[in-house]
Amino acid sequence: MGESVPWIKYIELYVSSTATPSEQAASVDEVATLLKKGIFSLETLVKEMEMYLTTTDSIVRSRGNLLLAELLDKLASKPLSSSSIHSLVGFFTERLADWKALRGALVGCLALLRRTADVGNVTDSDAKAVADSYLQNLQVQSFGQHDRKVSLAKLSTLGMLIKSLSGCNRGFDGGFLKPCRLKDTNEVLLHVKFPSSLTKGDNLVYGICEAVDGEKDPECLFLVFHIVECLGQIYPDPSGPLANYAEDMFEILGSYFPIHFTHPNGEDDDTKREELSRALMVSNLFHGTMWSQPKLKLLKQSALPEDVYKENLDTYLYSDVFQLSFASTPLFEPFSIPLLLEKLSSSLPSTKVESFKYLSYCTLKYGPERMASHAEVLWSSVKYAIYMSPQCTPTKDSELFGGMGFKDSDVMMQAFVLLQEVIQQYGDFISLVLGDNDINAFLNSLNQYNEMDDIPSLAKQRLHVVGHILSICAKPSPALCNKVFNSCFPLLMESLGLSVEKSINGYLDEDCSPPAKFNLAAIYLCTELLAACRYVAVSLDSSTPALEFSQQTWSTMLNNSCKPLVKTFFSLLRSTEADQRASSGVYFGVKGLEILATFPESFLLASNSLYDNILSEFVRTVTSGSHETFLWTLTLKALTEIGLFANKHPESAKSVIFEKIVVEKFVSLIPSGESTMPSSLKLKAAFEIGGTRKEFMFKVVHALSAAIYTNFSAAYDEGNHESGKLMIQLLDTYTEKVLPWFLKIGGFEEIPLNFALGIWEKIEHTMYLNLSALEIAMGAGYKDLLSAIMTAMKKAVGSCSKESQEIIINKAFGVLSSSTSFGFESGSSLVKEEDVKQNLNPSDSSCKHEWLTSLFASVIIALRPQTSIPNGKMIIQLFIKSLLNGHVPSAHALGSLVNKLPLEINGMNCSENLTLNKALDMISPTFTGISHHDKVSQNNGSGVDFSSLRLNTLRMQSGINTAIGLAWIGKGLLMRGHEKVKDITMALLSLLMLDREGVDSKELQIIDVEDMHQLRTTAADAFHIIMSDSGECLNRAYHATIRPLYKQRFFSTIMPIFLSLLIKSDASLVSPTYTSRSMLYRAFAHVVSDTPLIAVLAESKKIVPILLECLSVLSKDVANKDIIYNVLLVISGILLEKNGQEAAVENAPIIINLLIDLTTFQHMMAIRETAIQCLVAMTELPYTRIYPLRTKVLQATSKALDDPKRIVRQEAVRCRQSWASIASRTLRF
Amino acid sequence: MVSGLINANPVVYERKERQTRSAPGDVDEYASFVSLMLLQHIRDVKDPEYPYSLEQLKVITEDAIEVDDKRSYVRVTFTPTVEHCSMATVIGLCLRVKLMRSLPQRYKVDIRVAPGSHASEAAVNKQLNDKERVAAALENPNLVDMVDECLAPSYG
Repeated sequence: MGESVPWIKYIELYVSSTATPSEQAASVDEVATLLKKGIFSLETLVKEMEMYLTTTDSIVRSRGNLLLAELLDKLASKPLSSSSIHSLVGFFTERLADWKALRGALVGCLALLRRTADVGNVTDSDAKAVADSYLQNLQVQSFGQHDRKVSLAKLSTLGMLIKSLSGCNRGFDGGFLKPCRLKDTNEVLLHVKFPSSLTKGDNLVYGICEAVDGEKDPECLFLVFHIVECLGQIYPDPSGPLANYAEDMFEILGSYFPIHFTHPNGEDDDTKREELSRALMVSNLFHGTMWSQPKLKLLKQSALPEDVYKENLDTYLYSDVFQLSFASTPLFEPFSIPLLLEKLSSSLPSTKVESFKYLSYCTLKYGPERMASHAEVLWSSVKYAIYMSPQCTPTKDSELFGGMGFKDSDVMMQAFVLLQEVIQQYGDFISLVLGDNDINAFLNSLNQYNEMDDIPSLAKQRLHVVGHILSICAKPSPALCNKVFNSCFPLLMESLGLSVEKSINGYLDEDCSPPAKFNLAAIYLCTELLAACRYVAVSLDSSTPALEFSQQTWSTMLNNSCKPLVKTFFSLLRSTEADQRASSGVYFGVKGLEILATFPESFLLASNSLYDNILSEFVRTVTSGSHETFLWTLTLKALTEIGLFANKHPESAKSVIFEKIVVEKFVSLIPSGESTMPSSLKLKAAFEIGGTRKEFMFKVVHALSAAIYTNFSAAYDEGNHESGKLMIQLLDTYTEKVLPWFLKIGGFEEIPLNFALGIWEKIEHTMYLNLSALEIAMGAGYKDLLSAIMTAMKKAVGSCSKESQEIIINKAFGVLSSSTSFGFESGSSLVKEEDVKQNLNPSDSSCKHEWLTSLFASVIIALRPQTSIPNGKMIIQLFIKSLLNGHVPSAHALGSLVNKLPLEINGMNCSENLTLNKALDMISPTFTGISHHDKVSQNNGSGVDFSSLRLNTLRMQSGINTAIGLAWIGKGLLMRGHEKVKDITMALLSLLMLDREGVDSKELQIIDVEDMHQLRTTAADAFHIIMSDSGECLNRAYHATIRPLYKQRFFSTIMPIFLSLLIKSDASLVSPTYTSRSMLYRAFAHVVSDTPLIAVLAESKKIVPILLECLSVLSKDVANKDIIYNVLLVISGILLEKNGQEAAVENAPIIINLLIDLTTFQHMMAIRETAIQCLVAMTELPYTRIYPLRTKVLQATSKALDDPKRIVRQEAVRCRQSWASIASRTLRF
Repeated sequence: MVSGLINANPVVYERKERQTRSAPGDVDEYASFVSLMLLQHIRDVKDPEYPYSLEQLKVITEDAIEVDDKRSYVRVTFTPTVEHCSMATVIGLCLRVKLMRSLPQRYKVDIRVAPGSHASEAAVNKQLNDKERVAAALENPNLVDMVDECLAPSYG
């Protein structure tokens, strides 16, 4: 028959037992495509296939059935007529009885049941027939064994079967993978279609019970839980079919509790787990309530390591699904709650946690009526878990929370959740809690403890628990709050020596002084209760503004005892021990006052005067503090909290009072030097308080700037060194706190702008004043002051926009040019010898000069690249001149300039503005000593010849300054990726290699060997400047242009140069060259240790020998220890990488000898430690290479065992262990 | 070697919390050798029979280590889990090798079985503190392999 119909060959291929699975799958696809295209109809197909579907050969029959079923699965979206669906369903339903071809029948039924209404789905009666046929024909649990003959995997069959059942239950919801459709179809069909179609519900439930009983496979289990959940939704009726079987059903279900999912350690474990997880996720999409992606993400983000997470994910998933089925119907309640309660007595904490979790969930689902009968048992088990045997541990910083900081165990946390849930659902529960004898006895016993430290640890834990219970009880509603207050508050007040009733009648005696000792336990409970009550008040306040608080009992009670309470808290604050240490009394005192002060305005009757009092007390405490005590910090924190609360409603009376009492007080404190408070505390307090609101911060900033300006004048006019010191603090606060604060909230550019302008203003008017007197008065502090002002200036300018920066720079330049000490009128680009000489003598004018230049440099350093700079040439001249006098900030400024200047300028006034090339043209002659214009013809106008530098114009000292300048300029150029950095490098190298042959004989006599050495060292260290990151300039905060990978680029350019120079210097090992060689190594070490390791590794073959040489040369001088350490770190990095190890193999003996020498390096522990760690890393090298060195290493490290430092000794032990065990068969000591 | 385990079901105790490495610089003084430090060296020695450390089996405790830094003397007393433990000598040998690797040569190390904890206490003690017998034992490749396995660093 095959000849006439071409597609029949696919069917034959599929049915044939010789075809491979992939061929079979391909043929199904082919036929499905043809069907979709409508080349032939399904009916034709069935007719053609008749033989395969009904043959007596069971193998062929099962294949045929399966083919039809899979095709139907593929055609899920193709519309089919109802008659064909009916006949197909009928066919497959019948086939369910044919256990030899069962798989096809199952797949087919499932495929048909999943169809959605719009493409034609199964009718109710057909569905019923399918279900009936299932229940009649299939003994699910005994099924696996029978089925082996048909070579079907048990798993897939069962899964399929239960899936079909589940699909059936869901009312043919139209595809597991289309969750969006589910919403429309699931709910409706579930209720409408299914119950009406199935009259014999009992039968179904019974069948399901039978089907799921004893299920062990995880995937099927998952479906079981799902089915039970569906059943619960379908039959909510207490007299319905499920009710009859609820006990049986729950018996099946309950045996799985608690879910703990462990994976078998099989080979296919991973793939299986993956599949399973995916299946779970997909199915989970059905449950809107359950597993959402955020939750999964949360799990992923939690600190769990990946494998633990994977391990637990399934358990979590299962547990949640299970929980859902557990609580699916209240019908389970008589069985589930006892089970869960029983499980609470388990010794496994995880079981307890699970039980509490399920109980909370069940409480939510079953509703208060059903839970009421269990209330007593529930309370007793919760009480047992949290009160009788509390398992909470004091946190590390418990001291800071008045000794009451506890971390609850998981069990306790879940128990608290349950308690909260029960109380919310079923308010009467509270009478059980409040009437509990144990807890009341405990409350009464509190009087025996006066000091927090007296309380034994168990009682302390109980105290914490009772506090928590009271707070949970009071929080849900005002009514509950009333109850808690009625039962506990008088008791607590009494133990504090205060009476509730007395104050109702009138006043409390104002004279009656509170007792000397307080019952701190009661105070703790009081604060907890107050906090809970505040919570209620705030939530009421925000929801119903019109609510009358005064009608509530708790409110009345609290209002009445407010004053004495406040008094009690005050006396806690004032007690003598308050300023000593972290005392609990102080903590609760401050805490209590803070809570009272943050009640909503409408709540407390005597609110405002009380609020006044509390604030004044806090302010008094803070202002009288002489150093940062526990009380001081706590009070300040409380004030900030109150401020934040009050400022939620900026117009409220509380906010106004806060501003009047607190903010103004602290702002007024900033400038005055009279108060007992040290200025650092004043500034801190002012900043913290200011942080509560923008307007307050403005006030603080205003006062701060005013104080800075006043002190500026005082310091410079009168040389007042106290003002100078104060100023440093003011400036530090400004740069470290205030400016970042404004940057964070953004949009307040005028603050830094005004600050910078203000400083320049001050400078301008303080021009002729005696800085030298200040210098003498402040001594070393003088430098600090200058650097503080510079940092402040940099930060301020750096946080301005381009426009503001231009304003600042114009102002600054104006001030600078009006100063007489700057000879801007001389247009010479060359620095004259006389200038240098004259400026080397420190005088009053040079001192002022230094100040101005430094401040100006700070402005230049922080400019944005877009900011245009007026009079660039003069500025550059100024900096060059002061740089040659040894002024380092000028070098920073020059570096920043060459880093940011534009290459080209398009516009009208190009001549005015400075470009990079112009700047370089100006800079280079000074540093090379040869006028650039002389060489233009040779250089073709583009290059600058730095390398011709010789000492013909400058003396040694200037040479050193030149090297520093070159370093920063080079850094600036390098970071923007300009090619002229090469010229600078060559100039530095020539300085470094400088020797006597290069200097002509006349000058030779003048040059001191010491100076010479210093010059070379500076030149070598210049490479460190070039390569390292600087906090002072050329970083992101100061808008430097940074090209990516600039360090790597520099490394790869300079490495060949170093290599060739080193080879050259190796040739002649006579002494003068020898020093320059060591200098070369020094520079090399700087470059290598500042380059990212990955770049060094790529070159490790070439680098390693030089690095070793370098290390051996450098280690001769102790002064190099930091460099040695850095090089050692590079070596250890190389040794740990595979690439580097290959390079190390060749030099193994040399490396080991060097490292052994360094293990006894006396002057730095880190070097010894790292050297030994490197030795450990060496054991990773090939055995044959290192074995000969073993004895040597063991001998050497035995000395390190007696090292003065423990860390080194420990490393030595590790090292010996690994070296001793590389050849365990021959241990020799 | 014996077949089967000598103590079929040993009691396993919890390990003490490890001291984490403090930042360099806060141990500037010459930190002397103390028993706690020594314990850190030998606590992780694995029992020859079980996948537990000697500390977990309470074969050694901090109290059982005496250190006299001035006289360069160390005495370790260990307690075998059962009286007739034939592994006592191996454990002792492991301890000795470990201490040889961990202590400077100036130390004299004395290793003994806790009094009354072993059937042939005297013999074991003698064997463990006899230099030549220890040296001879370490020439035995099988023994050395066994020792090395016990000393292999395990941080789990």
